[in-house]
Amino acid sequence: MKPSSRAKERIFALALIAPCFLFVVTFAFYPIIYSFYLSLHRIILGIPSLGQPFTGLENYRALLHDRIALHSLINTLMFVFISTFLEILFGLVIALVINRHFRGRGMVRAAILVPWAIPTVVSSQMWRFIFNDQYGLLNYILYGSDTSSYNAWLADPVYAFSAIVAADVWKTSSFAALLILAGLQVIPDELYEAAEIDGAGAWQRFRRITLPLVKPAILIALLFRTMDAFRVFDLVFVMTQGGPADSTNVLQFYGYKKMFTEGLMGYGSTISVVVFLMALIISVIYIRVMGKGMLKAKNA
Amino acid sequence: MNRFLFYATTFVVVFMSLLPFAWFLNTSLKTPIEVTAIPPVLLPSGTLHSYRSAITEYNLLHFVRNSVIVAGLTTFFTILISVFAGYALARLRLRYKGLIMGSLLLVSMFPQISIAGPVWRILHALGWLNTYQGLVLPYVTLTLPLGVWILAVFFTELPDELEDAARIDGCSHVQTLFRIMIPLAAPGVFTAAILVFIYAWNEFFFALLIMTQQKFQTLPVGIALFQGQYTLPWGEIAAASTVATVPLVLLVFLFQKRIVRGLSAGAVK
Repeated sequence: MKPSSRAKERIFALALIAPCFLFVVTFAFYPIIYSFYLSLHRIILGIPSLGQPFTGLENYRALLHDRIALHSLINTLMFVFISTFLEILFGLVIALVINRHFRGRGMVRAAILVPWAIPTVVSSQMWRFIFNDQYGLLNYILYGSDTSSYNAWLADPVYAFSAIVAADVWKTSSFAALLILAGLQVIPDELYEAAEIDGAGAWQRFRRITLPLVKPAILIALLFRTMDAFRVFDLVFVMTQGGPADSTNVLQFYGYKKMFTEGLMGYGSTISVVVFLMALIISVIYIRVMGKGMLKAKNA
Repeated sequence: MNRFLFYATTFVVVFMSLLPFAWFLNTSLKTPIEVTAIPPVLLPSGTLHSYRSAITEYNLLHFVRNSVIVAGLTTFFTILISVFAGYALARLRLRYKGLIMGSLLLVSMFPQISIAGPVWRILHALGWLNTYQGLVLPYVTLTLPLGVWILAVFFTELPDELEDAARIDGCSHVQTLFRIMIPLAAPGVFTAAILVFIYAWNEFFFALLIMTQQKFQTLPVGIALFQGQYTLPWGEIAAASTVATVPLVLLVFLFQKRIVRGLSAGAVK
């Protein structure tokens, strides 16, 4: 009686996850392998008569000498590093501020969720308008009616890159804050009370209690933000189209352009494969570090 | 002093969160002359001109309809599949659970470009570019990790007793799931549905690739590609942006607690 009911449960469980499995395999895992296959061929969408000749690692060799690709890689890594750092920093500050009971806390929480909820395309247009050289709010705030000083922010390589970072930080710091807040809320008040009785100051309490205990939550926020920043696309597409002079070109945008604007399916797939492998490596490193961090937290 | 610092920080955070969008909302209520005034006009005359023009000249309602259809269908199918998978992963005997949850996490994190070409080719071969199903299928795949994680966490938290009692009363697995567990999981289903809907409503990358004809484009694609004859129609862009954002702001203010819990469900467990 028992083994058969167990077998039944297994079959039932398999049937329940089958649709999920089917979707993920067809539209996620299979395309990743297929990308690798495409990357070994020369495929140009505009020239179907070319067929798709096998070219081995030629696309990869070409990628190594592609200076714009290297530039996009550097831009992407810089974007990831700077925006993630600022988001975690702001996220931590916001979380520490709203981690207490006060009237209207729900409203405050909802307000800081607004940037997170806004479609990225909308926030990109919004910031593009704020940074506009003529009608932009930023120029008005900085220079008032002195129109001769107005700056064309998005036409300057450094400002354009900073503008994209600013738009991303604005949109996602609240997400980081909420993840960190969830971590803060599980720290028992007694710990702080005991430390206070022992004469620990505010800074010491923060360093010795808050920071170590909230570390796993920070790492998770860091993981999510890093992976999300790594695939930045909407902001670049709307605000700068990668310009000026490729100063905001990022990997995902470059790959998109190669594949769908220029129709270089094979070469574009090479970028896809490399981007995927990099994302995989980054996430594996994170999960390793987090695993260790969590073990330490348990043993402490 | 501490109290003052707290209120000041809170005020700055709330102000900064709302100001940029408030400015865009403000812009959407200006006349075309006010929109392009230098320096900017701070108080709009409150005209609905941009909204009317976005509807008549730029097919705004078309985009809205497409977004409602695509986000609605995605939410329905993702939740349906996630309820089953989440239940199996949380409460049934199953091998490789860790591996399955891990691969789902991976799917939710990898860059879209790593699957873009093949997804495009598959849909092209099926003749499903510029169709609703062509966009809904990838969306369901990409939102499944979110749905399954939230629901698995939710099902894990339900007490064992009810399920045991149902079994003793002779309910089959199927009956237990449909009569006992799914009704109990309703709040989790709702939370997951909100988050999946927001994702599908906001998604841009795949919508841009798959919906190349304006007739099928969703709001984000429409808003990103708004183009006037000589200059950018900022009033209309702001109006369309407001239309795309208001439903989300309503969701956030009505359900902020749920959203926060849903977002941290995968993270804290």
